[in-house]
Amino acid sequence: MKFRQSNLFWPLMALLGILLFNLILTPGFFHVEMRDGRLFGSLIDIVNRAAPVMILSLGMTLVIATGGVDLSVGAVMAIAGAVAGCLIARPEGCILNALNVHGSIPAIIAVALFVALICGIFNGFLVSFLEIQPIVATLLLMVAGRGVAQLLTDGQIVTFNDPKFAALGSGSTFAIPNPIWLFVIAAILIGLLARKSAYGLFVEAVGNNPVASRYSGINAKNVKLTVYVICAVLAGLAGLIPTADIKGADANNVGLYLELDAILAVAIGGTSLAGGRFSIAGSILGAILMQSLTTTILTRGVSAEITLILKAAVVVIVALFQAPEFRARFARRRAA
Amino acid sequence: MAELLQLRNIQKSFPGVKALDGVSFTVRAGEVHALMGENGAGKSTLIKVMTGVHTLDSGEILLEGKPIQIKSPQDAVSQGISTVYQEVNLVPNLSLAENICLGRESAGFTGIKWKEVKERAERAMARLGLNVDVRRPLGSFSIAIQQMAAIARALDVDAKVLVLDEPTSSLDRDEVKQLFEAITKLKNEGMGIVFVTHFLDQVYAVSDHITVLRNGNNVGDAPIDQLPRLELVSMMIGRDASALESERVAKDPIQSTSFIETQDMGHSGSVEGVNFTIGSGEVLGLAGLLGSGRTETVRLLYGIDSANHGELKIDGRSASGHKTSKAIASGFGLCPEDRKLEGILPDLSVRENLTIVLQARQGWFRKLSRSKQDEIVQVFIDSLRIKTASPETPIKNLSGGNQQKVILARWLAANPRLLLLDEPTRGIDVGAKFEISALIEKLRKEGMAFVFVSSELEEVVRSCTKIAVMRDRKMVGMLTGEEASEEKVMSMIAGGEA
Ligand SMILES: Nc1ncnc2c1ncn2[C@@H]1O[C@H](COP(=O)(O)OP(=O)(O)OP(=O)(O)O)[C@@H](O)[C@H]1O
Ligand SMILES: [Mg+2]
Repeated sequence: MKFRQSNLFWPLMALLGILLFNLILTPGFFHVEMRDGRLFGSLIDIVNRAAPVMILSLGMTLVIATGGVDLSVGAVMAIAGAVAGCLIARPEGCILNALNVHGSIPAIIAVALFVALICGIFNGFLVSFLEIQPIVATLLLMVAGRGVAQLLTDGQIVTFNDPKFAALGSGSTFAIPNPIWLFVIAAILIGLLARKSAYGLFVEAVGNNPVASRYSGINAKNVKLTVYVICAVLAGLAGLIPTADIKGADANNVGLYLELDAILAVAIGGTSLAGGRFSIAGSILGAILMQSLTTTILTRGVSAEITLILKAAVVVIVALFQAPEFRARFARRRAA
Repeated sequence: MAELLQLRNIQKSFPGVKALDGVSFTVRAGEVHALMGENGAGKSTLIKVMTGVHTLDSGEILLEGKPIQIKSPQDAVSQGISTVYQEVNLVPNLSLAENICLGRESAGFTGIKWKEVKERAERAMARLGLNVDVRRPLGSFSIAIQQMAAIARALDVDAKVLVLDEPTSSLDRDEVKQLFEAITKLKNEGMGIVFVTHFLDQVYAVSDHITVLRNGNNVGDAPIDQLPRLELVSMMIGRDASALESERVAKDPIQSTSFIETQDMGHSGSVEGVNFTIGSGEVLGLAGLLGSGRTETVRLLYGIDSANHGELKIDGRSASGHKTSKAIASGFGLCPEDRKLEGILPDLSVRENLTIVLQARQGWFRKLSRSKQDEIVQVFIDSLRIKTASPETPIKNLSGGNQQKVILARWLAANPRLLLLDEPTRGIDVGAKFEISALIEKLRKEGMAFVFVSSELEEVVRSCTKIAVMRDRKMVGMLTGEEASEEKVMSMIAGGEA
């Protein structure tokens, strides 16, 4: 009874449903094998592909918990990817050539994440100090940010050949693909911040009742500023994955529409879009759920258009069951 | 008198709590029926059962002798049961008329017929004996008028039964009188009125019959003249009420150096000419009618609004650019007037609500250990008798009075130097009121300072060491010693000799 009311219940049921479907109908779906020191199989593939959205959803969860939303994460992914690509390839005429990091991978990652952090400060400043509506504030960077990325890459796909950097996207460590490791590290850091420090409590308090939080002594402005910064840095990290994977900075396509996937993952995970209580585990589950759905449909050879419709249907159903209003009505009907 | 609405043997449980355990309740036509009980006794729950907010677990409801089912609040309204809830839920930006007719606007082919809406609203307000411009936004009226609007909304449909859950907890004397006139008028028209309040005077002023609940059970049911006050209180708290006597705090001037001083402090348009000093061990009462500038003064002290003339000195230094974060850093705390909008973090647990101030003071990285939190919470659950299924229950599931106790406790736990209390006993039962008074007195003796705002003059006079009287957004005098009596304060509020 208790678990049924948990936020994880419905997404978990949906995920189990999908897995069960595959167990019966997709031969070899659960097959995992070791090849060249790396694990292969649909299950690994799902988590690997979901990694960027899972990383995004970590930050998005915090932003949504304060009652905001960050539409710019896809664009920030593109910016971080462009910065990394340019630092490695040093294309002619690129302003980033002023900065020579001599191909040091840690330095490249650090610079890309730093630029993402600046984006986060920009968003956070607009929302918490200028008090602009989060949708409007982050829409600015959503539109302009991709432009900035295109300026950096001069509208081209900046390709490079750096096996060490490429390994971030396509390599593996201890048999597990590196994107999954990046996600795990990010998730542990955010988990520690959210539950071992008081930060998570302050985020929930500010999202639940900003006025009461302020009167209780919480610096609501700082809390809001930092969630956007954290969200943007994570978006930067997520942006490195596809860039490394395709060995090129594609400002037009990296992270395109992923802000929507991240928001959906959070909503499916049971965090209210009105702010307040959040569930990081729920958001991660939400991201995995959506990726399993996509992979399942694709492996069954359904056309891309139908895929989107099916995906939308499942998302609507799970999101509906996550809404307290609907649950109350459902429970009442069952009781009667 | 004819039985209008009967509830028989009502059971209602929430996870972890049995809120109603076989309660029966009867309202007759043309009577005002008071529903009494301690915080968390089950009054609001019983009301929500009879108005369709909660479905009952078992029991039956009869309206004019016929068994009925109430499926939803709209359903209750259409069957003739109208309600004003403890937490008024109206829309401040819409006009008074729109609020009264919200969801039931007269509409024709060309959209809403505004003229008709306005006339309906005016008619409903007139039934309450009020003549106001119904086109003004609701937020621009006093709380009393807003409260009346909620009642008018209930009257706009032809109600047989009108239910009022603590309608007077934010009203002053005149407004209460106005409300009671309206209630009496409706009662004489044959309506059955259910009235919940913690003010005993009001119960005896307006009710015909009393039902008392304790822990979800009926413990008393009698016509008003057969239930004397002391017996009623004993019934409510389940022990002898004569133990509830508390002494009036000595009004001798306190010998302590003041750390707060205001000189002609004010904010254009909200409050003027505020002059007082506060030192440790003092309780400064702010007395006055609603809208006299009491809450505004508290907001200036807490840095929510900033004074634009005069001066506020803290520890001898002029506090220019005073704001809430600075007030908190100087050791101030605030229990705000509006519990729902400014006080509770509704979805967070009782534990989190109670420790939030301490945690905010500690900062992000020094999290209070769980055992420390549990310890603090248990102390206050016991000492203020906060009724909750568990410390992990979301605070929104607590009864109104118990929520108020948690808000108070969050500051008491943080031991501030100056605690600003704006209507701290709003919605709190008689027993707990005395306990809170006693607690304030104890902390005062230990050196804490308070600013105390209350619409209950008796309470202000009882617990304050000095009283600043406010009238028409100005401070009109300061009473200390023997002068600080109810009569004197009243005459100053009314504009008599200073
Ligand atoms: N939605 C809910 N979920 C869980 N418990 C609830 C809920 N509503 C009320 N309760 C519990 O039921 C009990 C009775 O609450 P109720 O609000 O009826 O008290 P009350 O008599 O109106 O008190 P007050 O004078 O403080 O308003 C309380 O213990 C409360 O915690
Ligand atoms: Mg109540």
